[in-house]
Amino acid sequence: MLHIRTYLTAISLFVGASLLAVEEKTLTLAGSTTVLPIAQRVAEEFMELHPDVNISVRGGGSGVGIAALIDGVVDIANASRPMKDEELKLARERGVNPVPTIIANDGIAIIVHPENPIDEISLDQLKAIYTGGISRWSELGGTNRPIVVISRDVASGTFEVFKKLVLEGENVRPDAIRLASNKAVAVTVAKTPDAIGYVGLGFLSPEVKPLKVDGVSPTPENVISGKYKIVRPLYMYTNGEPKGLAKEFIQFILSDEGQNLIKELGFVPVRLPK
Amino acid sequence: MKERLIKYLLLIAASLSIVFIFGICFMLFNEGLPIFRHVGVIKFIIGKYWYPTSEPPEFGILPLILGSICVTVVALLLAVPISIGTAIYIAELAPPGIKELLKPIIELLAAIPSVIYGFFGMVFLAPLIQHVFDIPVGLNCFTASLMLSIMAIPTIATIAEDAITAVPHELRMASYALGALKWDTIRSIVLPAAARGIVAAVILGFGRIIGETMTVLMVAGGAPVIPRSIFQPVRTMTATIAAEMGETTFGSLHYHALFGIGVVLFVITLAANLVVDWWVHRHS
Repeated sequence: MLHIRTYLTAISLFVGASLLAVEEKTLTLAGSTTVLPIAQRVAEEFMELHPDVNISVRGGGSGVGIAALIDGVVDIANASRPMKDEELKLARERGVNPVPTIIANDGIAIIVHPENPIDEISLDQLKAIYTGGISRWSELGGTNRPIVVISRDVASGTFEVFKKLVLEGENVRPDAIRLASNKAVAVTVAKTPDAIGYVGLGFLSPEVKPLKVDGVSPTPENVISGKYKIVRPLYMYTNGEPKGLAKEFIQFILSDEGQNLIKELGFVPVRLPK
Repeated sequence: MKERLIKYLLLIAASLSIVFIFGICFMLFNEGLPIFRHVGVIKFIIGKYWYPTSEPPEFGILPLILGSICVTVVALLLAVPISIGTAIYIAELAPPGIKELLKPIIELLAAIPSVIYGFFGMVFLAPLIQHVFDIPVGLNCFTASLMLSIMAIPTIATIAEDAITAVPHELRMASYALGALKWDTIRSIVLPAAARGIVAAVILGFGRIIGETMTVLMVAGGAPVIPRSIFQPVRTMTATIAAEMGETTFGSLHYHALFGIGVVLFVITLAANLVVDWWVHRHS
């Protein structure tokens, strides 16, 4: 009998604690792993300013975040791509009205091994490399070695943007390596002399060499000015126009303070903060 | 009264596994069915191109099946001799001191999380393999197999060692009494007597390798092409499900296709288990 009483006490304590937790204001976010570091960093700062607010941020991927928003289990879905038609249709069927807010931009840099003599590439050459037209570095004036083409998994938001902007919708050659994250691409290119890959600007390091694309370097300045072409917006989706705490949070991201945090993280602000 | 209560509680605990396996099977087949209906089972399995998000999408998983098989076969070829050699050494030859040292160390290999193996493979082993074999890229079938074989060694070695140790001492004594040497005894008496247990160890190793996800996702390269060499990047079924499930739209064809891959993987492992089971029963 004693055991049962202990259980009951534990359960009532647990229930009580969860009821108490509801008392403080909570905001939940889920979605894109690209947006994750931004959301986490801004959430920390926001909670410091508003100690009564509890923000929980999860990754999972753009699709997961959007599905969670449609199911009504999160307040904000982070996405590194716009919602797909199927997702919009599903949302409308469930009576959800997803509204995007662009919170930052992310340039996609083309990277090679630091020892690669190539410094510059054109969008056409890039497309030929990824679709199979060019397969040796010598065709670009480099060494007579095969090009190791590194792409991302077909479901990644970064891949979808790359496919749209660079490949103009064509399929990546089937023998291209497909890796699961920006970090994995950066590490592999840093260790593979013949490799070419693409990553978000936040993942550039001295271990890889970013190429100029059509003569333009992938710097935050060139992304903001629009000179650098391989760019994607990062979104936060809410059900209807942002309200209440979600509105405060998104406004905070768009403020100078929030945009400075985004710049510190290596992403590109939607506008230059003061 | 109390006795009975405990009996029923234990019965419920035991039946839970059955509920789980049927629940998972039902869910898997139910969610996979739309893709088989839409693409056709044969076209799904022998299709050569995996472009699930293109317009129009292509759902051919032959490269993924062959990728999984290639990685698994090479890993087993590496892991089985090492594991069985280890098991024989520990069970038959090692002095007690070394045995006490070796066993926990091998078991420790099983305690390392697979993401750590993947990380090690990606950052350390892949560049090494690329350099040693002078190939364009280190993320390939061979590197993945090497990592997986290390991961499967504790599973295969521990169970094989148990099987060898379980062989009755009298058999060995009888062999020695007939004048057989130690190695002859191991080869002709102990190993045949332990064969069933060793086969079971290899099956479990097979399951461990073909089902492993995180390490192959990080190390195998992930290119969905039909492998022509073991030094080529490959994409396995498990890695495809893990990499793509997070970003796919719930209820889309791509989503169902990933469940379809799960069904195929399930059928392959089940078939392998049944075949080996049948074989073991026939030879005992």
